[in-house]
Amino acid sequence: MGLIQIGKPQKDGDLGIMTLSLEKAVNWARKGSLWPMTFGLACCAIEMIAAVSSRYDIDRYGAGVFRASPRQSDLMIVAGTVCRRMAPVIRKIYDQMPEPKYVISMGSCATSGNIYDSYSVVQGVDRFVPVDIYVPGCPPTPEALFDGILKLQERIMQKRVFTKQPEQVKV
Amino acid sequence: MHPIAEKIQSRFPEGFVGANEWRGDLAITVKREALHDVCSYIRKDPDLDCDYMVHVSSVDWPDEEERFEVVYEVYSIRKRHRIRIKTRVPEHDCLVDSLTDLWMGADFMEREVFDMMGIRFNHHPDLRRILMPDDYTEGYPLRKDFPVQGKGWRDTFDFLNDPSQSNSPLSGK
Repeated sequence: MGLIQIGKPQKDGDLGIMTLSLEKAVNWARKGSLWPMTFGLACCAIEMIAAVSSRYDIDRYGAGVFRASPRQSDLMIVAGTVCRRMAPVIRKIYDQMPEPKYVISMGSCATSGNIYDSYSVVQGVDRFVPVDIYVPGCPPTPEALFDGILKLQERIMQKRVFTKQPEQVKV
Repeated sequence: MHPIAEKIQSRFPEGFVGANEWRGDLAITVKREALHDVCSYIRKDPDLDCDYMVHVSSVDWPDEEERFEVVYEVYSIRKRHRIRIKTRVPEHDCLVDSLTDLWMGADFMEREVFDMMGIRFNHHPDLRRILMPDDYTEGYPLRKDFPVQGKGWRDTFDFLNDPSQSNSPLSGK
């Protein structure tokens, strides 16, 4: 990966058919083997568990290998209410995950704190870890979680692997 | 009055404040100074024999002179009766005798009352915060004059700027 990047740092994008297709192959491999980190914090975790079990079967999207260690996973599904006291732990676990890593904020609580406008609840997990996909719902159904995973896979397919990521368009 | 309440009143006429019965639940109110003696009697008397500490909680009455109320709930597994014991403390002197020497189970629950309401317990073996972190400085969140959203702690993430808190291979360099 590094070899291709050296010598062509200025050339954004257009590297020819070989690189492009290899990039696609890498992205395809990445999106098809998302290994989630089990991070159930509240009732959303029950829906996450249901998504793994045989009726819904998250393995169809290659995202069924739930790991108990952040060092073996590349997707963190934050499922549930995030208390302020839990926040440093979540950040530490996020930091321990190897690149490339993705975060799904599952449910209203992880996204915005939901009704828990209280002294101990963080008003959205995106205040201290970058979130790729927000899944709404209270709790979201397994189908909603799958929709989030499919959206994440679409995003992974758009990622540049060997060339510089184009500048983010600021709205 | 409930026979148990009568028994306690005749034994402790000084410390007994009142008794209340509602749908079969007996609640007695005692003076703070008499709390430990009354509870010791409730624990050890063969007729009362309350061997199980069910719950310790506290109530904040912000407009009353004796602002805080500590509520103990005990149960007798053999006799199958339940007694709720209440005692009041003023705000400037929130101190109650701990009952951990009578019921070991009161340990964590008294710590919770201390953590949330700021009532201290005499002779408690390990009176630390239990739910909030040890370095929490905003006060006691369950008091009525504590703002619901807190005082900013939930929105400060100091660990983000602290490299020793992070185990990232990048920050380790």
